[in-house]
Amino acid sequence: MATLKDVKVGESATVTKLTGAGALKRRIMDMGLTKGTRVHVRKVAPLGDPLELTVRGYELSIRKDEAASVEVSDVTRDDR
Amino acid sequence: MAEITIGLAGNPNCGKTTLFNELTGSNGYVGNWPGVTVEKKQATWRADRDVTFVDLPGIYSLSPYTPEEVVSRDYIVNERPDAVIDLVDATNLERNLYLTTQLLEAGRPVVVGLNMCDLLKERGDVIDAAALSERLGAPVVEVSALRNTNLDALVSKAVEAGRAGKVQPGARCFSPEVEGALAQIADVVSGSCDANLVRWYSIKVFERDAEAVKALHLSSAQLNKAEQVIKAVEKSRDDDAESIITSDRYDWIAGVMAACVKKAPKKLSMSEKIDKVVTNRILGLPIFVVVMFVVYYIAVSTVGTWGTDWANDGVFGDGWLWNPSDQAAYETATEEYDAGYYGDKIDGFLAAAEADGLDTAGVSDAVAALAEDPEDAEAQAVVSGFVAEAEAAGVVATDVPMHDGDGNFLDANEEVVTRIDADGEPVLADGQELAVIDSVSASDFADAVAAQESAPALDDYASFVPSIPSVIEGWLAAAGASEFVTALVLDGIVAGVGAVLGFIPQMLVLFVMLCFLEDCGYMSRVAFVMDRVFRRFGLSGKSFIPMLISSGCGVPGVMATKTIENEKDRRMTAMLTTMIPCGAKTPIIALVMGVLIGGSDAWWVAPMFYFLGLAAIVVSALMLKKTKMFAGEPAPFVMELPDYHLPTLKSWWLHVWERISAYLKKATTIIFAASVVVWFLLEFGFANWEGGNGAFGFMSLMEGAPEYYTDYSLLAIVGNAVAWIFAPLGADTWQAAAASINALIAKENLVSTFGVIYGIGDATENSVTMWSGFAGMFTDASGILHVGAMCAFVAFNMLDAPCFAAIGTIRKQMDSPKWFWFAIGYQCVFAWCVGLIINQLWELFVLGNFGLWTVVAFVLLAGMIFQIVRPMPKQDEKDEKVLAQLC
Repeated sequence: MATLKDVKVGESATVTKLTGAGALKRRIMDMGLTKGTRVHVRKVAPLGDPLELTVRGYELSIRKDEAASVEVSDVTRDDR
Repeated sequence: MAEITIGLAGNPNCGKTTLFNELTGSNGYVGNWPGVTVEKKQATWRADRDVTFVDLPGIYSLSPYTPEEVVSRDYIVNERPDAVIDLVDATNLERNLYLTTQLLEAGRPVVVGLNMCDLLKERGDVIDAAALSERLGAPVVEVSALRNTNLDALVSKAVEAGRAGKVQPGARCFSPEVEGALAQIADVVSGSCDANLVRWYSIKVFERDAEAVKALHLSSAQLNKAEQVIKAVEKSRDDDAESIITSDRYDWIAGVMAACVKKAPKKLSMSEKIDKVVTNRILGLPIFVVVMFVVYYIAVSTVGTWGTDWANDGVFGDGWLWNPSDQAAYETATEEYDAGYYGDKIDGFLAAAEADGLDTAGVSDAVAALAEDPEDAEAQAVVSGFVAEAEAAGVVATDVPMHDGDGNFLDANEEVVTRIDADGEPVLADGQELAVIDSVSASDFADAVAAQESAPALDDYASFVPSIPSVIEGWLAAAGASEFVTALVLDGIVAGVGAVLGFIPQMLVLFVMLCFLEDCGYMSRVAFVMDRVFRRFGLSGKSFIPMLISSGCGVPGVMATKTIENEKDRRMTAMLTTMIPCGAKTPIIALVMGVLIGGSDAWWVAPMFYFLGLAAIVVSALMLKKTKMFAGEPAPFVMELPDYHLPTLKSWWLHVWERISAYLKKATTIIFAASVVVWFLLEFGFANWEGGNGAFGFMSLMEGAPEYYTDYSLLAIVGNAVAWIFAPLGADTWQAAAASINALIAKENLVSTFGVIYGIGDATENSVTMWSGFAGMFTDASGILHVGAMCAFVAFNMLDAPCFAAIGTIRKQMDSPKWFWFAIGYQCVFAWCVGLIINQLWELFVLGNFGLWTVVAFVLLAGMIFQIVRPMPKQDEKDEKVLAQLC
């Protein structure tokens, strides 16, 4: 199963499942990464981590470790 | 009219601080919520003092996971404000409405303020406020906090709603299946809580939010019934209850968005353009370095230091000149005066006259009296009599050595002679020649005395402003205060207040910049860029800024931890950041450099101390994060990167003022009290000197008190009593203990205390006499310098509790006695351990001594290494929030 960590910069994907638990999972959901949400990976920080995402019309930063707990499908390349 | 309380809630970066400041003028109470380092602000409305606003922390959700969120929901649910204003960022409506749906369930009347509508119009988007209001079931008011439009209408609506006390039913935002389950749970809980809160608690039970449900005291039968309902829904949706609730909310909001918002075609916004450059993969780091350098350069090395120097040396020192050209003239005159070496000529000539058998008694006192008051007739007579006598005797002083401003001998190349022997005579290296004045005749002497009389003085200039202590001294003298009262007021109280106020200019400069970075949105990018580095040590990217600032001064450094969102990171950073050597510790570094390498330009010594500080922070962070207090899941780094925008001058200033006034109100008491106590310890004592009667009293006024009476002070007694603590560190003298205590007032006091204790008076960290005095403390009978003991002592003083000003700030920041004492205790114990290890390793490997303390040092070292490398201990997972746990 692909996770958000594997999505490359400039690609978009749809969230299918959150595998984490507790505070982290809730936090990710609270920020709008719920099942069925479309996410765009915008860039990666200069040192290679964290990622910058566009979700629900705003910019969200998330570590790669945490992105690994977000399962995604439907990865496409788009020029936003 | 009756008083009314309104809670202000909203996402971070939605403009809530601006709204609060606009409504209240930031005139209220700033403190912390009980038990956490989350800031609590409270103030009355400018238009109506009966309306009080409570600013809740910026939050994304009312989940039970962060202190900010728990504080907010406890406040709304338990303290029941009359109404809640939910400020919503219209440019980011979708995520902002997520909190709104939760606030609507919390059982209080809610009014929604739709902020940044002006920005929205620029973008070309349109929000149908009426339709939104209908969907939410709550009033929606379009406002702009930044431009102060419609704010009164928003508050009036909230006051009205609060007076009416009618709670909206809230949006039915869940899927039919979930709503059905909630209705069933509502039946279970309805008897246990307020009618307005049935829906809130039903949802909390459904989410298995044990923290919230605890208040209901449900029986295990009730909980089991609820659990069955929840399990059924979870099974049919194949997801856990918490996720179902969250997804349903966002799905409902997506529907609202579609119905109420018309989006213009998306184009690249200004913010996105800026961000493309600022957090660019290649340019991101260089830009970050430049921004940090600018902050550091302005706050620490230039403007901030000028401010601090002005406050400490001017306002609370010798007075100052408000006209810069006067200041420049004064500096030039001082330089010229110094180049004359008049003091050396006078001293040299007097010595020569004495050697020639002349009576010089009273002459140097007379010379000093003339420097104070050139009109002193008695002194004039003494000096002119002496000059005539010396001229008659033909006294000429030859080869008078020159000294620099620190009292050091100079060589022919104007370099400091870095070695002196036990009698204070210079020791010259091969080929080095002492700088001397070839000859001083009696008339040269008279000229020197005359020159000294007209030495440049600050108060000769028109723009002179006297210092506060001198003004108060004048008042006290005019009022006929006794010497004791004068000393208490000036050296105890005014000096204590000065210690507090002296930091204000630098803090002001710093916060002007930090608040700008924070308000414009760059601060989150700092965390974005630096996260990778800091999270290895269990800290967040934002810990970088406090540490950078602390290299200038720990007080603003600790204050700067306010910008860290995560509470654990915030506490840990506040605890550790003062281990970075600050400006006041540089004299100590200079002193050590002088002792070890004679003050020559060894570039590696100063960086060594910064490295020591950094290493101490990293080691401490790695050890602490595995302790109970800091353990737990690593803080999720899921962070919004808000749009860039320019703050208005007013909101910027209010933000700065808020920070500084909070420091003034909270930190001052401890700094002040501590300074007075140490002054008392230093000035009072028992007259046990030769010829003293052993009585207790204020020593400087006692009969026959020696010039350096500190040896007999209470501080010396305290120092003696605690000196054993330092024995394993190799410095078991009361002087070392007393200097460490005195250094708590200000770290540079470590140096001056040695000056006083060893009777070398004004010697500074650059004086060779000071170096040999300091080295003498660590030199054994055979004259070998114990480098290990010295380094241990210095390391202890670098890493232990900071000065009282910083301690006071830590106390303000922690706002909890437990955390405050833990922080101070940790710093001291850690510093002691480091000192012990340094000294004992030196003893073992260089001196070959092995003893009990060597073993202790190795045990400590092994313990530290173990704590660093061992895996993260398993903590009780808080995720298992099964309702059954409650019964």
